[in-house]
Amino acid sequence: MARRALLDFEKPLVELEEQIEQIRQLARDSEVDVSQQLLQLETLATRRREEIFLALTPAQKIQVARHPQRPSSLDYIQLITDEWIELHGDRRGSDDKALVGGVGRIGDRAVLLIGHQKGRDTKENVARNFGMASPGGYRKAMRLMEHADRFRLPILCFIDTPGAYAGVLAEEQGQGEAIAVNLREMFRLRVPIVATVIGEGGSGGALGIGVADRLLMFEHSVYTVASPEACASILWRDAAKAPAAAEALKITGPDLLRLDIIDRVLQEPSGGNHWAPLQAAATLKGALLESLDELSSLSEHDLLEQRYAKYRAMGRYEAASPTPEVVAPV
Amino acid sequence: MSLFDWFADRRKAAPVVRVNQESDEGDGLWSKCPECGLVTYRKDLQANASVCKGCGYHHRIDSEERIRLLADEGSFEPLDTELAPTDPLAFKDRRNYADRLRDSQLSTGLRDAVVTGLCRLDGHPLALGVMDFRFMGGSMGSVVGEKLTRLIEKATDRQLPVLIVCASGGARMQEGMLSLMQMAKISGALERHRRAELLYIPLLTHPTTGGVTASFAMLGDLILAEPKALIGFAGRRVIEQTLREKLPDGFQTAEYLQDHGFVDTIVPRPQLRSTLSSLLRLHAPKSCLSLS
Ligand SMILES: [Zn+2]
Repeated sequence: MARRALLDFEKPLVELEEQIEQIRQLARDSEVDVSQQLLQLETLATRRREEIFLALTPAQKIQVARHPQRPSSLDYIQLITDEWIELHGDRRGSDDKALVGGVGRIGDRAVLLIGHQKGRDTKENVARNFGMASPGGYRKAMRLMEHADRFRLPILCFIDTPGAYAGVLAEEQGQGEAIAVNLREMFRLRVPIVATVIGEGGSGGALGIGVADRLLMFEHSVYTVASPEACASILWRDAAKAPAAAEALKITGPDLLRLDIIDRVLQEPSGGNHWAPLQAAATLKGALLESLDELSSLSEHDLLEQRYAKYRAMGRYEAASPTPEVVAPV
Repeated sequence: MSLFDWFADRRKAAPVVRVNQESDEGDGLWSKCPECGLVTYRKDLQANASVCKGCGYHHRIDSEERIRLLADEGSFEPLDTELAPTDPLAFKDRRNYADRLRDSQLSTGLRDAVVTGLCRLDGHPLALGVMDFRFMGGSMGSVVGEKLTRLIEKATDRQLPVLIVCASGGARMQEGMLSLMQMAKISGALERHRRAELLYIPLLTHPTTGGVTASFAMLGDLILAEPKALIGFAGRRVIEQTLREKLPDGFQTAEYLQDHGFVDTIVPRPQLRSTLSSLLRLHAPKSCLSLS
């Protein structure tokens, strides 16, 4: 396995990694059989990694979710489809590379796939605007989803964005309007929609392709109403309090399962999806097909009713005493 | 119960401490225009829809005053007033969310940041939602989402147009993802209202930003705004930080949005009622349209 960038909480693994690498080197340079030692060390490293990843704090999960080598939308699309053709453009004058989409086939099922796309390196990240989509991206997504509706292709959405792009041009082109229209129109689409948070789900920019019949989330993915950094600087007046904000905002899969926002948490390989992308893709593919199987048995009417009811039920409030509004004295 | 009675009752019920919003003006009898400095007797200011006679500055108004301006006298029937926020995340930043809620409830007499109800506007039946910026910056949590959704559903059921007066900093962070999902919930209700071919008008007032802009504020069949209101998706500071460049003049004002095609018309508050009356009349079902 190639060396990977280690996160700070993975430091205890560094020494083990180095030993493993040294022994590998030794094996390459000589005829010595080191398979026993290698196996031992690798088992130990796996166990340590498991221990570390079982105890990740929300702030650490954000680091995993943002890991530069974490599989991206295009990685998964290529791994789970048997064929796929990327489609470009919003038909309004732009093709946003931060939000990709196309038609493809998984087994005997034709589907539409869309997702936020981050870059692998600085150069690609600049081209893809770090996965922060512009209004044109959301409009491209809507155009493709309309296409899916017309040709009855189920829609698979992959969420992985720090947030919708915040810039002068984005405002001029109506970032708010573009996202809002998607939120409304996704309730109208007559085909099953399954969305998966594969990395970070940043606020409205994530939700803009996130209205779905099933919402899945990887174990170390996060989904937030506002970035912990922004939340900390607003509510704590101190951006350094981001870890506390990450904790308070309840952004992890188990938290969001408890709040009845997501439907399912997908387990990740030990060390996170970037340690075993093929395994992660197999998990994802299995879960998507299961969801599609469940949904494809529904009539269009039931599908739309259930989608509406799903979001209708979100929120926590209580019914106080009847009118007029009475605020209890403290 | 008339609107007046309803607010009067609420006042009685909400004990003490109404925070003086313009505290530099002492007893609150007088109000100073932050734009041109004109000092006006508060009653005179209110008689002019809280718009400065010197410069046209639109003072922020609360939900009570907004409803009084829009609804025919005695016609407003509040809905879902019993809905109250909880603290689902047990959220604590420098202060407890529960304490922030209680403070806002005490100072406004409201349970949360929106008042909804059915009323008439110049005789036209209307489902009306009014956000109140005083309550935690008009932020949208579960109660705001639920009340607006119920209002829109009721309007769809009764074939009524909907007007929502927006004034909000966006989603309420203290309710986390529950707040974000209110954007979807409300948009879903608006989709059904739209499919029933009913009219929806958001009125964007100062400020309308974040998750509210990225959902119901931008989903109107017709979108109205008050002069110079700040309207946008991303915050100015965030944009300045990403770009490290100066923002264009008038960036994210109502006028800027109108120039870029996202606002149908900017309506000074003293003309708001008559403009809305015309729009409601022009979009009423044909059988009801009487141009006499
Ligand atoms: Zn003035």
